[in-house]
Amino acid sequence: MDTLMLSRLQFAAATFFHFLFVPLTLGLSVLLAIMETTYVRTGNEEYRNMARFWGKIFLINFAIGVVTGITLEFQFGTNWSRYSEYVGDIFGSLLAIEATVAFFLESTFIAVWAFGWKRLSPKAHAVAIWLVALSSNLSAFWILIANAWMQHPVGFVIRNGRAELDDLLAVITQPFAWYTIVHTLSAAYILTGFFLMGVSAWHLLRKQHVSFFKKSFRLAVSFALIFTIVEVVQGHMHGGEVAKIQPTKLAAMESLWETKKSAPQYLFLIPDPDNERNAVEFGAIPGALSMLAFHDFSAEVKGLKAFAPSERPPVTFTFISFRAMVVLGFYFLVVAIIGWIRRNTIEDHPALLKVFLFSIPLPYLAAEFGWMLAEVGRQPWVVYGMMKTSNAVSAIAGSQVAISFAAFVLVYTFLGIVAYYLMWSHARKGPADEAALSGEADEEVGYA
Amino acid sequence: MLETIWFALWGILWAVYFALDGFDLGIGTLAPFVARSESEKRIVYNSMGPYWNGNEVWLITAGGVTFAAFPKTYAVMFSSLYSALLLILFCLIVRGVAMEFRSRFSSGAWRKFWDSLLWIGNFGPALLFGVAFANLFRGILIDRAGIYQGTLFSLLNPYGLMGGILFTLIFIVHGSLWLAVKSAGDLKERAGRVAGRLWFALAAAAVVFLGATYISTHLYDNYLIVPVLFVIPLAAVAALVGMLLFIRQAKWLKAWFSSALFIITVTLFGVGGMYPNLLISSIDSRFNLTAFNSSSSPLTLKIMLAVALIFVPIVIAYQIWVYRFFAMNFNGGEAAAGKSAPKMKTA
Repeated sequence: MDTLMLSRLQFAAATFFHFLFVPLTLGLSVLLAIMETTYVRTGNEEYRNMARFWGKIFLINFAIGVVTGITLEFQFGTNWSRYSEYVGDIFGSLLAIEATVAFFLESTFIAVWAFGWKRLSPKAHAVAIWLVALSSNLSAFWILIANAWMQHPVGFVIRNGRAELDDLLAVITQPFAWYTIVHTLSAAYILTGFFLMGVSAWHLLRKQHVSFFKKSFRLAVSFALIFTIVEVVQGHMHGGEVAKIQPTKLAAMESLWETKKSAPQYLFLIPDPDNERNAVEFGAIPGALSMLAFHDFSAEVKGLKAFAPSERPPVTFTFISFRAMVVLGFYFLVVAIIGWIRRNTIEDHPALLKVFLFSIPLPYLAAEFGWMLAEVGRQPWVVYGMMKTSNAVSAIAGSQVAISFAAFVLVYTFLGIVAYYLMWSHARKGPADEAALSGEADEEVGYA
Repeated sequence: MLETIWFALWGILWAVYFALDGFDLGIGTLAPFVARSESEKRIVYNSMGPYWNGNEVWLITAGGVTFAAFPKTYAVMFSSLYSALLLILFCLIVRGVAMEFRSRFSSGAWRKFWDSLLWIGNFGPALLFGVAFANLFRGILIDRAGIYQGTLFSLLNPYGLMGGILFTLIFIVHGSLWLAVKSAGDLKERAGRVAGRLWFALAAAAVVFLGATYISTHLYDNYLIVPVLFVIPLAAVAALVGMLLFIRQAKWLKAWFSSALFIITVTLFGVGGMYPNLLISSIDSRFNLTAFNSSSSPLTLKIMLAVALIFVPIVIAYQIWVYRFFAMNFNGGEAAAGKSAPKMKTA
């Protein structure tokens, strides 16, 4: 394999792994803040215990997110030096702003929160976790603006042989960036909701800590329901935006080969990229694709054949990622609605609890499919329409990248196993009882 | 002018990173040699626990600022130092995880495993940052197209290795002083003794390195042109001497601050000597990347300067607050930093 392919695989592995941990950080920080605020306002100890129990899982998860984040920032320089040189004026600034404005705040106050259970008043402690929630979400905001710029570059001029910033406001306010932000944050909140519901379900199935986990479940199901609704509505608008600005991605995610007016949507199809057609097409809904993409049953949708083969993304990957993500999205909506309706008697519905338990991994899958669609669907471009991925890679020896890629796989696999083992073993233990809690040292909840 | 301001900020970010995370790197390197019992190990971990993550963000910011202000330097430097940089990053990953996860395992074997990761994860970067910076001072094999013509092993030249040894010693002394501040009893005594003894090795290494620098690099040129700049190395010497005096008086916090000042002035001495070069080519000085030929557009530099001027002081303010908030040692002993530190309720 060459440097380009290895670098792509390495970056994909590093981002996919990183994003196994990011969404729970984004969502759980908010839920922890809500729990602690509820504790401050009502004085109900159970909410404080909830924040402690879920907070421990949060810290394990957070640690892996943090340590795997740095390699991403640095890989732009190590593996994608020509990209960095070409767009650093804009893209680099967004990353630097993220570190300065958000990540410092997050990293500093997470320690205050983790070590502050006894040193801070409940109110101050709640403020600390609100700062963590705010800054981690703000961090995502800047990173997603940077990613949206790769999907749809705006606010730049090509000068001195590179892309230079012309209008920062245009970069920050472009609609595609906001679609991406709402979409990704909602996905993170859905994942968090399902994570909490799944773990709660495990305990409720065993009839242990019922009040505690029922409260957790009810909080999580409302959170999840709100954001599944947001996601489904927004996902539709998001798709419309993709249709407008990334026609090759749209054609690939629908596996549409021929340019068509009133293009149909197929309930089932199997792409056959080698022959530039679909092997199976079944259940056509006439005009539905035109309607979904452009809000007009007769609108023309560009097919893949309208673009040179060298400008098309890998069709099967893009198509499957999109379908899987959408199917899962609707599944989350249905399950969240049922869970919400039954939220007050949830412990009496073992079958439903099992559904929630086994649904824990699904939002993770959906989130990764979403990124696969976003990133693979953007190919062959690293910056859509501006720079090809093949022109972005560093002039470095493939052997170097092969070694580092192997190291990434080994180290990350190990980290993943350890982290999920720790999270699961803590989750099944359940909340510590009051007597143990009051005797617990600060460090027990903190880091070391 | 903007380019020069950003060059200075670039150097300052690295200096602050080394002064802060330096004590984590040093303590981690030192840990197996001073912490004997489980409770001592706990103190070692707790002396870094609340800080390491916030400290590491200075590195991320230094990287981000290189990317934003000098994208070409970022591209060439990071791809040239590929293996060294990834080694550093893997080390930082495992030390972070060791720091966070160790206490969650109760078995001795697992804890030993995390202890060794803590050691390698801190010693590795301490050494490699030194090797990398010495090579940056000296220049690396960058060709006309900004492509590195050497390997990882070309960095391991005598001057590079000297830099590695110097940095490692600097960080170990820095770390042992921090540990002396944050611990009590035997451990405090041992940490203080390490600082006192290694100070001489550090001073010797610094003198040798300065001599080798005269032979291997052009770092002194700027100082000979603008002699007033010699105030930076003089401050470094003063800080080094001050460190010894405070160590003798067992004033650990003051000694630590002297050490921090030493690290900052040493870094600034090196970076100041490189100006305006960010990346020196040892093949031909015409291939050097400078603050001027590798910088971002004036608009980006201006916007980023505004961001930095607003947010960096805020960051410094809340990080100081957090340091003061935790300014008591974790396992008994006297409060370390000032009288206004908040009171800790004993657990």
